[in-house]
Amino acid sequence: MSDLGFDPTLKKKKKSKKVEGDLTAESSAAGSPAPAGELDDMFSGLKKKKKSKKTAEEGASSSAAGSPAPEGAADDLSASFGDLGLKKKKKKSTKSSDVTDFEQQLEKAGIEEGDATAEGVDAEESSPASEDHAGNGSSSAGVLSYPSLLSRFFTILKQNNPELAGDRSGPKFRIPPPVCQREGSKKTLFANVQEIAVVLQRSPEHLIQFLFAELGTSGSIDGEKRLILKGKFQPKQMESVLRRYIIEYVTCKTCKSMNTELKRESANRLHFLSCKACGSTRSVSSIKTGFQAQIGRRKKA
Amino acid sequence: MSTIQNLNAFDPFADTGDSEAQPTNYIHIRIQQRNGRKTLTTVQGLPAEYDLKKILKVLKKDFACNGNIVKDEELGEVIQLQGDQRVKVSEFLTSSLQLPKKNIKIHGF
Ligand SMILES: [Zn+2]
Repeated sequence: MSDLGFDPTLKKKKKSKKVEGDLTAESSAAGSPAPAGELDDMFSGLKKKKKSKKTAEEGASSSAAGSPAPEGAADDLSASFGDLGLKKKKKKSTKSSDVTDFEQQLEKAGIEEGDATAEGVDAEESSPASEDHAGNGSSSAGVLSYPSLLSRFFTILKQNNPELAGDRSGPKFRIPPPVCQREGSKKTLFANVQEIAVVLQRSPEHLIQFLFAELGTSGSIDGEKRLILKGKFQPKQMESVLRRYIIEYVTCKTCKSMNTELKRESANRLHFLSCKACGSTRSVSSIKTGFQAQIGRRKKA
Repeated sequence: MSTIQNLNAFDPFADTGDSEAQPTNYIHIRIQQRNGRKTLTTVQGLPAEYDLKKILKVLKKDFACNGNIVKDEELGEVIQLQGDQRVKVSEFLTSSLQLPKKNIKIHGF
């Protein structure tokens, strides 16, 4: 909650305390519970409104989604809340206990929910609603615990949509480690550029252009489509550069998927990265070599 | 009922600062391999208001390396330093010159 939301309660408490103080002068035993009850009533008003709003929304979503079973229980609950309002007020006036109305509501909800689960024929469909309310802190005997439901959710997700479950071990996303060999004393042979470019769904030319720019070097492609770079590079170094390439030009910033496509818009000559998983598009900067220092023999006429 | 979100001073759609709008005036720190184990660090795109000569003097002394300034027709003046000074240069730019870290791009392996 925001500060704004919290401020009035503080003020009210101060007020009630003042009243309390005045009252304690007269009769300390009888005076204190009354303002507390008032306070609770105010809170209950707030909470009830929220609750009813929530249930109303749930009802709307149920009509939209067309899955009436779980939300039906919620509707029952909202109906019961209307009754509860009266009961609770009576209780308040008679008991004026320290327990807040909300907690009482929750307790009732727990009972109601237990009934719902008992009545519910389809255990699978009624379980989300009951879990939702059990998660709110009611002390009812929830049969399905949150961890078990969570694991169940993830097993189903993994079965049907492994990519969303964070499983990137599929054959599509396995990037082979870069294979680097020394080629003579000054050159490095990067053997599997082609393979890596295919896995990343990028053109090898684009990847090679990036490597040249990042490593500040140049090179050529041999007969077996392997890349020969000028300079000595370790596989580990190549890996870090490749990682940067993947972050810049392969992964989707929205969903972190690597299943993307790099397209060049001919109209504005900009490169766009479009995600095949979530459909988002972002523009990527073109590869710039930048300043290249003159190395080796200086061309002095 | 001050819990209504619209009445809050906080705007959830306000600019958070780390927006997608990238600065175009990046400072690029690159490395190039020379013969053997030798390397060369280049610093390109330093703001024009700085005196590159003075910066170079400090860098040379701090890193105990030689260096010079190269004038490029398109990219302006570029500082060249001997050896791999990329991390040290980046640290110097952020701490001594108070340049934002997101404007600095370190290239290379
Ligand atoms: Zn995506």
